[in-house]
Amino acid sequence: MKILVPVKRVIDYNVKVRVKPDQSGVELANVKMAMNPFDEIAVEQALRIKEAGGAEEIVLVSIGPAQSQETIRTGLAMGADRGIYIEAGQDVEPLAVAKLLKAVVDKEAPGLVLCGKQAIDGDCNQTGQMLSALLGWSQGTFASGIEIAGDTAKIIREVDGGLEHISISMPCVVTVDLRLNEPRYASLPNIMKAKKKPIDALDAADLGVDTAPRLTLVKVEEPEARQAGIKVASVTELVDKLKNEAKVI
Amino acid sequence: MSILVIVEHDNQAVNVATLNTIAAAKEIGGDLHLLVAGENCGSVASAAAALDGAGKVLCADSAEYGHNLAENLAPLVSGIAGDYSHILAPATTFGKNVMPRIAALCDVPQISDIIEVIDSDTFKRPIYAGNALATVKSGDDLKIITVRSTAFEAVADTGGSAAIDALSSGGDKGLSSYDKSELSSSERPELTSANIVVSGGRGMQDGANFTMLESVADKLGAAVGASRAAVDAGFVPNDYQVGQTGKVVAPELYLAVGISGAIQHLAGMKDSKVIVAINKDEEAPIFQVADYGLVADLFDAVPEFDKEI
Repeated sequence: MKILVPVKRVIDYNVKVRVKPDQSGVELANVKMAMNPFDEIAVEQALRIKEAGGAEEIVLVSIGPAQSQETIRTGLAMGADRGIYIEAGQDVEPLAVAKLLKAVVDKEAPGLVLCGKQAIDGDCNQTGQMLSALLGWSQGTFASGIEIAGDTAKIIREVDGGLEHISISMPCVVTVDLRLNEPRYASLPNIMKAKKKPIDALDAADLGVDTAPRLTLVKVEEPEARQAGIKVASVTELVDKLKNEAKVI
Repeated sequence: MSILVIVEHDNQAVNVATLNTIAAAKEIGGDLHLLVAGENCGSVASAAAALDGAGKVLCADSAEYGHNLAENLAPLVSGIAGDYSHILAPATTFGKNVMPRIAALCDVPQISDIIEVIDSDTFKRPIYAGNALATVKSGDDLKIITVRSTAFEAVADTGGSAAIDALSSGGDKGLSSYDKSELSSSERPELTSANIVVSGGRGMQDGANFTMLESVADKLGAAVGASRAAVDAGFVPNDYQVGQTGKVVAPELYLAVGISGAIQHLAGMKDSKVIVAINKDEEAPIFQVADYGLVADLFDAVPEFDKEI
């Protein structure tokens, strides 16, 4: 089986995001970028499946500006086999991403697509489900457990009230949640090896996909800042304030 | 213009997040239809018909809709999408799972997690874990939207008297099946709908110490939550998690105990009306958003607080 893992280059999760003064978006120039953390978990899971003998090849796909190839390299250094890069702007909408990924799936015929459940920039949480719909495949979203046996994948899903267990037919799209695994760090020898692994470039137009945005971004603004309140000196004062000033208990 | 709201339920009762979603639909304006798809879900359809603002209830009652499997539910919805200008669902794990599948089948983009309706085409939504707010406008005839429930006041569950129309089922697609659920059993209110939330962080040191918070929560009728640090440390299960990667809450009172206030946690609770922080580190970032801060050892302060309330 071949596993396809889409990876996205986003602002590093430790960086404080700043909105541009002209409200056209957030500041990306000179900001540390990294692989979307949920995608790292997807890469790690693919590696574990391969190491357990459940897959022969792991192919990474990234869609975005030229530097997205660095994100592919990061995943290759973790142990993935090769990459596919599709040049596009930073803000390709999830529906267009899903259509591009469908074109890649049609070419590569993987048995499993492992995605992060959402990218931490747009927070859309759409791409995996959309890809699954376009392919007519089954989907296992927000997975914290994946077990593949023959034609079926048993998925444990993180849902609002706890966990849900489902069985889905292969091939399938699985989107991964935080607790599925802890991604490994790339070792120096693997980083060196990754430099020689192939990355093929594909063109969105050749794949027959229109990546023009369907939604208009009117503006991006800072949320209203919350003002710090007061420090109370004792529990008694705190209870008094909550009862008589805030009137919430 | 007609709007369809997909009712989230467990075949017994309407999930409250649906009521917030209807509130968003009413702000958009138009004839409001509610879809109840489930198995033996007649009582849910009746409850939906009584919801404030309900114009019509569509009920698809069949085994393949019994467990909200997206593979079966999405084609049912996309099949009737042509009748609507907007299709809304709550941005819960239910809505997040099924709505993008519907959007892709209809070939329209989805607008996730809206917190404000500007007009019938334009919506505000958080990006970067709420560190920025994007206003987006759709030019499509159909808008597929998920609604952040904490941003809209729930409508009343009475006052409506809508007709219930049966919708024929689309059959089981045979792609997926439900096995079982492991739901956290608790007498306390649900995190996302509780008026008061008492949360613990890494400072709690041990899962057993959460009994202190549970005692306070039970006196206040509150839900118990946790930071990601506390979940990762194994103190409490993941469904307690409040934050960017967990649940987003906006209660009347949020009590943060032993929580430092990482950006990822703040994203999940900063819209709470009153925030209280108890932490022994007076430099902790949580104090920058707290209305009332108490610098104290939580192991002294929490039992004392418990006694005084």
